[in-house]
Amino acid sequence: MADLTINTDVAREILTGFIRSEVTRVGYSRAVINLSGGLDSALSLVLAVEALGAENVFALRLPYRTSSPDSLEHAQLLIDQFQVPSETIDISDMADPLIRHDPNISNVRKGNILARMRMIVLYDRTEVFKGLPIGTSNKTEILLGYSTLWGDMASAINPIGDLYKTQVRQLSRALDIPAPIIDKAPSADLWAGQTDEGELGFTYERVDQLLYLLVDQRYSPQECIEEGFDEKFVHTVITRIRRNQFKRMMPPVAKLSNRTVGYDFLYLRDWGT
Amino acid sequence: MKLKLALAQISTKLGDVESNLEKHLNYIEQAKSQRADLLVFPELSLTGYVLQDLVASVAHKPTEDDPVFKHLLKASHDLDLVIGFVDEDSRHRFYIASAYLSGGKVLHVHHKVYLPTYGLFDEGRFFAWGDAVRSFDTRFGRVGLLICEDFWHASPPYLLWLDGADIMLFSSASPGRGLNDREKLESARWVERVSKAYASMFTSFVAHCNRVGFEDGLLFWGGATVNDPNGELIAQGPYFEEALTFAELDLNQLRRTRARLPLLRDERTALVQKELNRILSRG
Repeated sequence: MADLTINTDVAREILTGFIRSEVTRVGYSRAVINLSGGLDSALSLVLAVEALGAENVFALRLPYRTSSPDSLEHAQLLIDQFQVPSETIDISDMADPLIRHDPNISNVRKGNILARMRMIVLYDRTEVFKGLPIGTSNKTEILLGYSTLWGDMASAINPIGDLYKTQVRQLSRALDIPAPIIDKAPSADLWAGQTDEGELGFTYERVDQLLYLLVDQRYSPQECIEEGFDEKFVHTVITRIRRNQFKRMMPPVAKLSNRTVGYDFLYLRDWGT
Repeated sequence: MKLKLALAQISTKLGDVESNLEKHLNYIEQAKSQRADLLVFPELSLTGYVLQDLVASVAHKPTEDDPVFKHLLKASHDLDLVIGFVDEDSRHRFYIASAYLSGGKVLHVHHKVYLPTYGLFDEGRFFAWGDAVRSFDTRFGRVGLLICEDFWHASPPYLLWLDGADIMLFSSASPGRGLNDREKLESARWVERVSKAYASMFTSFVAHCNRVGFEDGLLFWGGATVNDPNGELIAQGPYFEEALTFAELDLNQLRRTRARLPLLRDERTALVQKELNRILSRG
């Protein structure tokens, strides 16, 4: 078993420093977070609170009519514990007209609509609160592409994108996030009874082990199989990583000129700051 | 003889030379007020690190008529300075460079000889490779400058040693990476280990000044160190935050250490040369 344990003190210091630096250097002092009630957004919230101060972090609860009541409650637990300003906006009335447009709509399409609707509200609230939207995607879901493009992946900065889900859990325990949020089955809560692990077909515990070997330690697929991972599982995961590369990039621009955005017009985002 | 060394682990504004110069002058004032003899800034301290297409627009020449260096050269009348910058040669090649300034003069400019172009690094795409590793004389004895990847390779410190450097000044813009369950990042542990090793093996003073601050998602970890000729750590800066770290270098320690441990005396350079010639001519 690979050891994915991290030093949570160091992670905490780096990630809060990252939020503080990247928010303030562009002239902001505040952040907005879509608090789903799940663990990833809970961790992003707590890191942002530590980085910017509770009064400078705005939590949004954006339930849909089928959302689990637990999600709302768990989000409220965090809002109360960390004393952050918040707002609850039911997105049912915004999403339903589009969803009803097609009686045969699939769960996946519906889920994408809800994720993108939440993105619209999040970005709108950033304008009102004068804060930057903080990302909540972890490394496992980024690599597997288990997310909605321009939906839950949309943010200005993402403090937790280099932490596997199991590391998110470890850091969350160190940051006093309430146990019910850490212990519950991860779910996008886009339809009743949905769980990440049920949908993906494997546990985070197991896939994080594999991803760590493949990505961080540069093991070949064959070496992973020799380490005891099922051959089919290895290939499923590798295929997922490859097929979802598009979600991790800006859309490629077709090159015509001598200098093209994305290829040879190269500047960091922090250019001049 | 004693040398009061100061290491300024600063954060920089990416591509904003004027603002970074101002910070340099502030730190110079602070170091001066603490009676430092020599102040070292990190790699690319005037410009920031991930410059990419900004390289040409932030380049400066270490001359008296340069709008940036004229201030630094003036300041070097009070204490010696090591400055990180982008150097442009007369044929418009751009180098990652460190300049040693003293008494209003440029004593030495080192061009980085190893440009990491792998993993998260892309220096070889934007910069020309330096082609010299030279020690030079200062009022504190003979000194050598290296920049980051230069000392990930064993040969540049070795060459400086043979060329007479008793004080090696390393500067870095080292992004933190390799978080595991240990208290230190892997990148910090590696650099600290080799700095200590060079001080021990070359019975010399080895100082390292790494920058801090973020550039996008990269965090530079700071953690300046000074090791003495016995390989003992005599000063250490904090991680992740700006700091000015001082160390008093007792230069007489060189004599005491080398009297006990004559590694320099016994180094068989002719043997090295002979074997290198053989190895390199193998075709």
